[in-house]
Amino acid sequence: MGMTMSQKILAAHAGLPQVKAGQLIEAKLDMVLGNDITSPVAINVFNDGKAVSVFDNTKIAMVMDHFTPNKDIKAAEQCKQVRQFADKYDIKNFFDVGQMGIEHSLLPEKGLVGPGTLCIGADSHTCTYGALGAFSTGVGSTDMAAGMISGKTWFKVPSAIRFNLINKPAEYISGKDIILHIIGMIGVDGALYRSMEFFGDGLKYLSIDDRLCIANMAIEAGAKNGIFPVDDITREYIMDRFKGEAVEYTADDDAEYDEEYTIDLSALRPTVAFPHLPENARTVDEIAPTEVKIDQAVIGSCTNGRISDLRAAADVLRGKKVAKGVRCIIIPSTQSVYLQAMHEGLFDIFIEAGAVVSTPTCGPCLGGHMGILAKGERAISTTNRNFVGRMGHVESEVYLASPAVAAASAVTGYITDPAKVCEN
Amino acid sequence: MKAQGTVHKYGDNVDTDVIIPARYLNTSSHKELAQHCMEDIDIDFTKNVREGDIMVAEKNFGCGSSREHAPIAIKASGISCVIASTFARIFYRNAINIGLPILECEAASKEIKSGDEVSVDFDTGIITDITTGKTYQAEPFPPFIQEIISDGGLIKHVTK
Repeated sequence: MGMTMSQKILAAHAGLPQVKAGQLIEAKLDMVLGNDITSPVAINVFNDGKAVSVFDNTKIAMVMDHFTPNKDIKAAEQCKQVRQFADKYDIKNFFDVGQMGIEHSLLPEKGLVGPGTLCIGADSHTCTYGALGAFSTGVGSTDMAAGMISGKTWFKVPSAIRFNLINKPAEYISGKDIILHIIGMIGVDGALYRSMEFFGDGLKYLSIDDRLCIANMAIEAGAKNGIFPVDDITREYIMDRFKGEAVEYTADDDAEYDEEYTIDLSALRPTVAFPHLPENARTVDEIAPTEVKIDQAVIGSCTNGRISDLRAAADVLRGKKVAKGVRCIIIPSTQSVYLQAMHEGLFDIFIEAGAVVSTPTCGPCLGGHMGILAKGERAISTTNRNFVGRMGHVESEVYLASPAVAAASAVTGYITDPAKVCEN
Repeated sequence: MKAQGTVHKYGDNVDTDVIIPARYLNTSSHKELAQHCMEDIDIDFTKNVREGDIMVAEKNFGCGSSREHAPIAIKASGISCVIASTFARIFYRNAINIGLPILECEAASKEIKSGDEVSVDFDTGIITDITTGKTYQAEPFPPFIQEIISDGGLIKHVTK
């Protein structure tokens, strides 16, 4: 029986000619990732286990992105602990303030992950790198520690769901609308324990940023990983970036998929996930013009803080003003995205519109800092989760959407179809 | 290995943000994390929970973030076992790795109510609701996973 893309990468790293769904394997890791929240726990475990060395100091990445620049003394202490560990073990890919960006934007950009890579990360959105044809998945801190020590981990080989994305996306349809539509369709546990594999002629219209956004939110459907085949768009992106050897895996013709869905991208509409689950998807057409009044718009995160996201927001905000009573917070995801946006003049557009631009940080996405909501407040956000209390007070609300929808909503003060703002 | 205690019951999709809100992730102290366990969906949980109590929920328990702080907070608050219809995969792995016993059992997760007295036998996978007298069969863990849990987690297991 044939193998899926995900199964082929796992088999290759386990040194096996063939694996099948449900099989337990031990596989060699190309990259082990942690951040300023999960690394301290992993370091404690590493020390408790009396480990004295890491398996490979070039294959570990530690990114100080969640509560940085340090939001309080405790956050500063956590970063200090990781910094000291990185010094002691000479961790080559330790990224502190000044070099860091949001981890899942930074690792692809720095070429630390690419086609065929097997990566685990102590962050649930590690599944992002499947956009480049990698198998990558989120784990906890103990798995991170064991990975840092041994360079290996165990996996249960996942079965998969096949998504055929067909036709050219309609106007204002981005990766975010596609993945919110899919999660709305299959639910937050619709892909539990399984791979989401994306195919179809629609892929050629999806930029790397769109694909990174889609793979990023595979976890919001419960998936172990999300993965795209490697094509010219991938090859162009990794050229001059990826430091490893790119290995392109394709699914066998007779690979088995548990389920198959076909999605016509030309028929999609801008989509918003209502509180308090990413599966509560509605199109902008199903939301009355003054139905959802917002207090804040956040444009950024590992889901939507890349350059094409900022350009999409700028296209909507150009020459317009953020509505009175709305705070619009824009967070480029890495230093290089920040520079690029600055050179392209996007910051002029944002600041003249009345938005603020922050240094890269995960900040408000998880209710850390840089945009916390008060009781009863509502945010439209390009982030990935809208759980109870996610961005602040337990009685606040988060609506998930694309950068274009978030920017349009910032202008009107209500959740709004970007086409309505741009036609005026 | 066995557990017995009073049940704290929750519904579908209990996410790691409500198990331990991110605003408390500026510490990795087990004791501090336990003080805020479940507070965004059950403000009285930390007041009511007793050593050995059992948590029961429905589908997709522990969805969301990979934070190991979530099973750590549950375990450090005194919970001896979590029973759910299904678990989100990262939480499932993390719970085993830190030595928090978990069992998947749809019937038990639907029928057992808050306040019931429940006992669990990890060797057989039998869950008994002492209050109602009903028993349920969950798939027991294979011996190597049981050993990880009884040793107190993966690292203690591999370094013992």
